[in-house]
Amino acid sequence: MPLEVNGKSYETDEEGYLANLNDWNEDVAAALAAADDAELTENHWEVINFLREYYEEYQIAPAVRVLTKAIGKKLGKDKGNSKYLYELFPYGPAKQACKYAGLPKPTGCV
Amino acid sequence: MSETKKFVYMNRKAPYGTVYALESLEVVLIGAAFEQEVQLVFVDDGVYQLTKNQSTDGIGMKNFSKTYSALGDYDVNQIYIDEQSLKDRGLTMDDLQELTYEDEDDDWAEKSSMKLVNREQLAELIGNADVLLNF
Repeated sequence: MPLEVNGKSYETDEEGYLANLNDWNEDVAAALAAADDAELTENHWEVINFLREYYEEYQIAPAVRVLTKAIGKKLGKDKGNSKYLYELFPYGPAKQACKYAGLPKPTGCV
Repeated sequence: MSETKKFVYMNRKAPYGTVYALESLEVVLIGAAFEQEVQLVFVDDGVYQLTKNQSTDGIGMKNFSKTYSALGDYDVNQIYIDEQSLKDRGLTMDDLQELTYEDEDDDWAEKSSMKLVNREQLAELIGNADVLLNF
């Protein structure tokens, strides 16, 4: 089902992930979140931007365990735990945050 | 709790042209979630998978060589390179990207994950595997 943002149509897969990484922008992210009835706060953006940087560097989306560890290192211990990340992204931090970040579903995501 | 097994992944093929290299890498990353002992071996044309400065611009495939440097984050830090295979191809360790990990038990010191092995050591590695996967 295509996603409509500001009059433009974006291709997505059957689970709502963006088909093309390069289609992503902040408005698209907000629209992807809105489709799940979620609103993006500053804390969400931190994680989303982190994921985009990680993907840029390694060409993969990190597994949850790796994400948690890396977030803790970058943003502080109070954020590098699954409780915090699940509060932000209740459908699973890697899965849901990757979706809003416009990344493919993470490898090893079951 | 199930006991830990030693998984050895043999990587024998060039990175592009077949899907083996990428498939192997994906299986390793997925398997890492199960917290088994993982060893990666690069042998024959498989040593090309780790060469530096790969570019896939001409072949329209994703350049996944950057992904190898994420292995350390996944606690995959036993990576063995067959010395003879490098030599046969006129390569040295300097032609390969450097893969590292942070040692949790040593104040997160950055250490190399890579080790050059001879055929005898390789045979021993394979002999000690509980599970051997060939790619």
